[in-house]
Amino acid sequence: MKNKLPAAPYLVWMIVFILVPLIMVAYFAFTDKDAHFTLDYVSNVAQYTPIFVRSIWLALISTVICLFIAYPLAYILIGMNTNIQSTMLMIVMLPMWMNFLLRTYAWMALLGNNGLINALLGLVGLGPFKMLNTEGAVVLGMVYNYLPFMILPIYSVMVKIDKSVLEAAADLGCNPAKTMLKVVFPLSLPGVFSGITMVFVPAISTFIISRMLGGGGNLLIGDLIEMQFLGNSYNINLGAAISLVLMVIVLLIMTILNQFGADDDGVMVI
Amino acid sequence: MKKIFSNKFFSLTIAAALCLSLSACADHIEEEADSEEEESEVQTLTIENDEYYSRFRNKGITINVYNWGEYISDGSEENTLNVNAEFTDLTGIKVNYTNYATNEELYAKLKGGGASYDVIIPSDYMISRMIHENMLQKLDFDNIPNFKYITDTFVNPEYDPQNEYSVPYTWGTVGIIYDTTMIDIPPEEIDWDILWNEDYSDRILMFDNPRDAFAIAEIRLGYSLNTEDAKELENCADLLKEQKTIIQAYVMDEVFDKMGAGEALVAPYYAGDAVTLMDEYEDLGFVTPKSGTNLFVDALCIPAGAKQKEAAEMYINFMCEPDIAYATTSYIGYSTPNSAAFDMLDEETQNDKVSYPDNEYLNNNTTIFRNLSDEANQKMQDLWTDIKSTQDESQNKWIVPLFLVACVTLSIVIIIRRHIIRKKDVF
Repeated sequence: MKNKLPAAPYLVWMIVFILVPLIMVAYFAFTDKDAHFTLDYVSNVAQYTPIFVRSIWLALISTVICLFIAYPLAYILIGMNTNIQSTMLMIVMLPMWMNFLLRTYAWMALLGNNGLINALLGLVGLGPFKMLNTEGAVVLGMVYNYLPFMILPIYSVMVKIDKSVLEAAADLGCNPAKTMLKVVFPLSLPGVFSGITMVFVPAISTFIISRMLGGGGNLLIGDLIEMQFLGNSYNINLGAAISLVLMVIVLLIMTILNQFGADDDGVMVI
Repeated sequence: MKKIFSNKFFSLTIAAALCLSLSACADHIEEEADSEEEESEVQTLTIENDEYYSRFRNKGITINVYNWGEYISDGSEENTLNVNAEFTDLTGIKVNYTNYATNEELYAKLKGGGASYDVIIPSDYMISRMIHENMLQKLDFDNIPNFKYITDTFVNPEYDPQNEYSVPYTWGTVGIIYDTTMIDIPPEEIDWDILWNEDYSDRILMFDNPRDAFAIAEIRLGYSLNTEDAKELENCADLLKEQKTIIQAYVMDEVFDKMGAGEALVAPYYAGDAVTLMDEYEDLGFVTPKSGTNLFVDALCIPAGAKQKEAAEMYINFMCEPDIAYATTSYIGYSTPNSAAFDMLDEETQNDKVSYPDNEYLNNNTTIFRNLSDEANQKMQDLWTDIKSTQDESQNKWIVPLFLVACVTLSIVIIIRRHIIRKKDVF
């Protein structure tokens, strides 16, 4: 009982800024403009299935790419001596010191038909390639922006793996590849899962990346929700309904992931 | 509709204006005198009606002004007035100044409640919508004597027929910005169909908001810019869908970068911003298409629930002072509805057809947006979502079922796996 008191401010915070808004989203999703109960908006969300599918698909691709880049990187990082490790970590964090919008804006300048990359390719007689305003550019933007969120959790779990465990594995006859597969990988799984969560969730709901790098023609769920509030029609009920469906989908995916994370060593993900 | 970008452009505007005024002078000595005169002209502010403005002095009043980004002269350039600071100096009323980026953002903020503003500057159609929804207060024009400077064309506009709620701040038209080095069609022959021209495939930009995008399609199909007819809107959507295949990107203020860097060759945009853009990149040209276009007006209004109505009216009156209106229009590049400020502009600007098209053209070929019914707005929004989300359907057909199958398989695998693990644990 006495342990609950210090948590009180956070509890209040959660209720006011997380629970109440969630209830309001649900309330608006199931009511119409005159505050009468209706299922119309939620069932209307079905017409946006292609947009949902595309968002999930692009977020999945981005998450997988992030994982494949981040995992080896984190593994290499823990092998380095402590000083270099902290420097390297700072370099990973460095882009995050800059404004998110600016970083994405910079990619517009790099990827354009007259951009830096095409100009360099032009020097060796290649291109120009159409890179900006494609789905590939959107994925690139997501990977670039969310990569640190994958590296950091994996690294922080890996760095806690006791070196003596690895030595024991070697003593008992594991080659490095087998140590990796049988020891390091299972032990680092909690980090992998929280990394996946931290990349997938923002990636699925982003709207500014798809607008800036996708040229506005690659509509994602985030764009769709934003359009309901700041678009031509001020339709907060439909916006809330789409948000609600998105939350349920994310919750479903996270539950599936948690199943994996939970049985390995009881560490809850998220 | 407005500028949210660096002030760099504007310094060039001033530089260009100074250069032009310099070259116009024959005598070298006169030249210097002239340019100095021009600088001092920009700096000073003459107010005739001092008594009127001192009414609220020392009462500790603060008004909340909510304006577009980069839509006021803020003194950040040499020789320009900081309008809000001048107002505070003159009246003793503090100005709490904040920005928004779109009419819809303004609307959402006011509609959501919790925000209290004294002066807002929505555009035409948003004003009529707000009047309709009782979100604006009637102005007391006795407190706004400077309204007399507003050009007749902008008095009693369609969006505010009795002119009870709004005082025009700036106006402009929508036209086509194009790269004169790459497009060799004579300007007088350029019309909206250039945005559908396959020769410029993947080098065309388009508005990223439904109202402006639909307006272009409506002009091409000969419909009213304020049509609410579902069938007509659908035809427009078809036309825009057809265009999507050759569009490079849907953008708003990114137009500045993309046109400037030569990424795109042609884009529809607002005249005020085109002026700024053309000052920086001389290869760019701007035409207001013959077949017609949208004329927009941004006007000062007081929202319902404003706490300092009289002080707000004083602010509105101050914005109509010739010197202030002149500072505003010179700084932001949009055209002024203030006749006294217009007279202060140099002849070149006055005759500039980009900023100030002929009255005949304005009367016959332009339409001001009116607010649409909720149904029409929703219809347009749905069609727009549809336009923006159409893609090669072939790949999408399989993704849904595949994704579902993957989810189900995954769940089954997990359940079986847990089952096995539990059995192991028992022993």
